[in-house]
Amino acid sequence: MYKPNDLILRTTTSLIAFILLGFAIYLLLAGHNSPGGGFVGGLMTASAFVLMYMSYGIETVKKILPINFRTLIPIGLLIAVVTGVGSFAFNEPFLSHTFGYFTFPLFGEIELATAMLFDIGVYVTVLGVTMTIILTIANDQ
Amino acid sequence: MNDLLELTKQLIEITIVICVIGISISLLLLLYRALVGPSNADRAVALDGIGINLMGLAALLAIIIVTTKLNDVILLIGILLFLGTIAIAKFLEKGVIIDRNMD
Repeated sequence: MYKPNDLILRTTTSLIAFILLGFAIYLLLAGHNSPGGGFVGGLMTASAFVLMYMSYGIETVKKILPINFRTLIPIGLLIAVVTGVGSFAFNEPFLSHTFGYFTFPLFGEIELATAMLFDIGVYVTVLGVTMTIILTIANDQ
Repeated sequence: MNDLLELTKQLIEITIVICVIGISISLLLLLYRALVGPSNADRAVALDGIGINLMGLAALLAIIIVTTKLNDVILLIGILLFLGTIAIAKFLEKGVIIDRNMD
């Protein structure tokens, strides 16, 4: 068996994976006013991880990202349910959302909505499901 | 001033029509290559070219329906195209896409 030389692929991966992760975070945060949201953000993060898996192999990436992606699914569902149940504490119906304006030292005044927390739940769930499917298929011995 | 704006608008419309026709011809030729191409690597390269032409088509569409919301879509097409081409190349080279240990 000859040993392949993947230098160009690995160098591009280490540059492009960061761009992909940044684009995924942008899509997650921009989903309120423009195209994007939790679903596309989760898929973009999954594609960045898949790129790393394709160029470095399963064993190496397992050392870099010591995450069991199966546990991300219940965590994301729990976040989504808790944001829905949390509205009971304020005597509001299930899944009612609100927003407010906060001032931060660096960014100035920002509108923060509680729909963002629900979106983060969707993001984590989509990431866990996609990576579980891909790694389960790739793992045949 | 109004005449100049009208002239620019007409110029842009004519240019867009010419560009869409050119990209359509290029897509048809690439489709012929993807269907007929003798080896699998030819088909992979043809699919890569089809994706790049789709990026150009999406950009032209963003000019036709005057909007900036399609910019994310163009970037997304490029990223998915890159991932897909790498996956096809790894499958043609080694037979596995995600391998267990690369040492």
